[in-house]
Amino acid sequence: MAHSTPDPNDEHGTVYDSLLGTDTSHWAFGTDFEDPLAGVDTTVPAELDAAELAAYCLALADDALVMSHRLSEWCSNAPDLEEDIALANIALDLLGQARLLLARAAAADPSVVPALPEVSPVPAEDALAFFREAVDFRNVRLVEVPNGDFAHTMARLLLFVTVRLAAFERLATPADPWSSDPVLAAIAAKGVKELAYHRDYSGRWFLTLAQGTEESRRRLLAGLAGIWPLYDELRTAYGVGPEADVVLDQVFAVSGVERPDEAPMAGTGHTEALSRLLAEMQVVARAHPEGLW
Amino acid sequence: MSEREWPLYEVFVRGKRGLNHVHVGSLHAADDEMAVRHARDVYTRRNEGVSIWVVKAEDITASSPDEKDPFFAPSGDKVYRHPTFYSIPDDVPHM
Repeated sequence: MAHSTPDPNDEHGTVYDSLLGTDTSHWAFGTDFEDPLAGVDTTVPAELDAAELAAYCLALADDALVMSHRLSEWCSNAPDLEEDIALANIALDLLGQARLLLARAAAADPSVVPALPEVSPVPAEDALAFFREAVDFRNVRLVEVPNGDFAHTMARLLLFVTVRLAAFERLATPADPWSSDPVLAAIAAKGVKELAYHRDYSGRWFLTLAQGTEESRRRLLAGLAGIWPLYDELRTAYGVGPEADVVLDQVFAVSGVERPDEAPMAGTGHTEALSRLLAEMQVVARAHPEGLW
Repeated sequence: MSEREWPLYEVFVRGKRGLNHVHVGSLHAADDEMAVRHARDVYTRRNEGVSIWVVKAEDITASSPDEKDPFFAPSGDKVYRHPTFYSIPDDVPHM
């Protein structure tokens, strides 16, 4: 913020001058925003392979980016205003994680960034989000399949954030070899607080819907059964096992819901839903590769 | 399906530098716990708060506009009730 100090003797001064100073201490609300990477050394540690680090960051980033997009599709469609804002908040939290992780991937291994015209002002994180093909995305299928109803979204969100939170908690400790990258460790430390809230949010809705009306319970069970075949791939991708299962079993128990027994969905890679999602997400950026946003 | 609305809650937030909880608005929620979470999502997204109170709107008893004169007019001319006739030491904040 580079506002000049108002001169009280200046007859052209306005009533707003005193609000434009560099001292923000008179604001009661909405100040003190923090940079999660402040003071973090961004050099890739010698013991880590830069290409592998970039690939790992891309996988974590793509999950957050695609899940964020699916959640943002609820904007103006949620059951009511408060849930609309709650879902948008979660989508934005995940988008923030995706941005940091995409930028980290690009810094660790610039060769992962798609080549754009020399004159394009698009930063690396945007190039990765908007100019990669579906086949190059590393997200799990659980985050890309189309939205169902609100209950389906709560079931999917609960599974996703429970596993991601377990992985980020580990990533924020020295027990995880990737934590020797100080940037990744800092991103995880920031994400843990966000994901803990997302888990609380989705877990409460899971319980509420399961123990609500006959209709809400029917929809929740249908949503859970629909997404469950993709849970196994999610756990494997994050290398998370019992830590997530313990949490889910608690939520299932208190909700009076049996752990589903649908078999894992066969195959790997992506469903066609990802191509359609990306077509919508990328179309504007691709139409204007030299655009400045 | 019935279209019953969730009850209305009033939301109070204490800002980082604020001394009191301040009324910031209202929202709908099914119960008290959900109201706190909705308040967090709706009213503290821009780093505004460190503490939230919610109360059902129907639990608030308010003064009536009809009673304005008997309620408030009598204090309008009693300037001696203000502590302006004392000198306040410099190290006493928030008077």
